[in-house]
Amino acid sequence: MVSDTGWMRNREGMGVWEHRGKVAIVGWGQSHMDRRWDGVALDRSCGGLTREACLKAVADAGLSLDDIDGLITSPETRAEQTWAPRPYFDPPYDTEDGLTKASAEWIQRELGLKNVKYFNSDAPYIGPMMGLAAQAVGDGLCETALVWYPMVNLEGRYGHNNPQNNNQEAPGATAFTLPWGYQNGAMFNNLVVFLQYCQKYGKSHDGLAPLCLNLRRNGLLTPWGYYALHEPYQLTTEDYLNGRVIEEPLVIYDCDRPVNTCAAFIFTTAERAKDLRQKPVYVLNHAQNNGRGRSTMATLDEHQEAVASLARKMWEGSGLGPADVDIFNPYDGYLTFTQQFLEGFQWHGVKWGEAHDFYAEDIRVEGPHPFLSSGGNNGTGRNRAVLFSDSIEQLRGTAGARQVTVRAETALAGCNTPDSCGFLMMSKHPD
Amino acid sequence: MSTIPGLQRPAPVPNELTQPFWDACNERRLVLQNCTLCERLHYPPTPRCNLCGSSDSFEWKEAQGKGHIDVYMVIRDSRIRGFRSAQPINFAVITLDEDPGINFLSNLPGTPPGEVPVGAPVELIFEETSNGQLVHEWQVVN
Ligand SMILES: [Zn+2]
Repeated sequence: MVSDTGWMRNREGMGVWEHRGKVAIVGWGQSHMDRRWDGVALDRSCGGLTREACLKAVADAGLSLDDIDGLITSPETRAEQTWAPRPYFDPPYDTEDGLTKASAEWIQRELGLKNVKYFNSDAPYIGPMMGLAAQAVGDGLCETALVWYPMVNLEGRYGHNNPQNNNQEAPGATAFTLPWGYQNGAMFNNLVVFLQYCQKYGKSHDGLAPLCLNLRRNGLLTPWGYYALHEPYQLTTEDYLNGRVIEEPLVIYDCDRPVNTCAAFIFTTAERAKDLRQKPVYVLNHAQNNGRGRSTMATLDEHQEAVASLARKMWEGSGLGPADVDIFNPYDGYLTFTQQFLEGFQWHGVKWGEAHDFYAEDIRVEGPHPFLSSGGNNGTGRNRAVLFSDSIEQLRGTAGARQVTVRAETALAGCNTPDSCGFLMMSKHPD
Repeated sequence: MSTIPGLQRPAPVPNELTQPFWDACNERRLVLQNCTLCERLHYPPTPRCNLCGSSDSFEWKEAQGKGHIDVYMVIRDSRIRGFRSAQPINFAVITLDEDPGINFLSNLPGTPPGEVPVGAPVELIFEETSNGQLVHEWQVVN
């Protein structure tokens, strides 16, 4: 669906990013978060939550609505538009815009934005979208971009009413996967790679328990997060080890929980950022992976090469190296793939096969290795934006109970999976 | 029908690229694209060689039908209707002996769920899908 990838930094050998330190994130807004939209309350619809997040981000930056000249968002909201029950209201209505999505044109009308010259409602999911936003500001397509990422969750068991899953036929590429029970999405292939990982390094699924518990702990320190709001209690190791099995050995606690929410960010030039309300968080580089494996299932070797390449691209474009990254928030949407990022970027010296040992050490926010200080999506609900917002808060020094005690001058965040992702390198300093 | 109780496999829908593959399956043969320039196998079928990029260097080459079990999981809560009626069910990745970079999916007919001998050799069989189209499957060599 993403036609233009010319803005991406998805190849090695591209050199230092031409806009390194010349773009900054100066605002962040997080809406309320629910488990699902009930299809009734308009202030809790995708549009309502997007409006809330965008207004908060603009206020956070100390800007006025007239300052916004770029609007960037993604249709990858996981609303499962094809299967969720419709309509919510008695007809007639002729658009989902404002209900289960919120396009650039919709938010422009809704907020009465007068000076927008750059519209992009077709950005990819948030990982690469943050890179796209930084590139757009750097390239001068706009000076001050409002960037939002809604995640939408409606009634029904997740994915179970997807027509593909009830179809007696397997068209297109699914002909080579669906007849054996493979489900689209990040779960199956990344579980296969995880099993290869355990086999190669002599690890087991139990090794993820300390990560899961710590993410819940950090999530409970995130006031707007799903668990802090709706299920404010800590998990135990017993809970994790006895979790409901989805695809053995994957359990329910390995999966980030779908939620209904929106986050928004403001990107602007370093020049414009100087005299705004917040300490700027400068962007030093963005990098993407969009490859795929050779055969039916991507393998551990292929995923390790993918994250190693991602790391090389990030170091090359930012001028930083593994020892320079203070805050690290890679995606944890399934806990089974998070170790690839940890090892590929060698954060805190973690090498191939060492992640589970690292999880068993002190990874608390107040400790020496505050991995995923955000609480991730496992700890706050599947919103994905928390990877970036925590990074921003940590660099600003406003992370509250989650504020790390180690140095917090640089941050690396991104999602989704090792072979398909976008990451952003952020810093307190432009140089 | 599958030999796995309760399993109703969705039927592959052939297209221009994959018709020869599925026709061969109905003749109980597994054929893979081989780039004659690179001598490299490809699966699933692809329009271009993933080494040289050529689109007209492919020939269909019959595979020997021998493989090994790489890893497996057990599906206990599928979203796919035809599998919900067969849970729990094995889901294994099979590597092809003649090129382990090629892998296949398998539910390992004949192997009880969870009792999968990782690393064991498997051989090619064929199973029926919902409309009678055959698909390639693998079973543990006794
Ligand atoms: Zn070739």
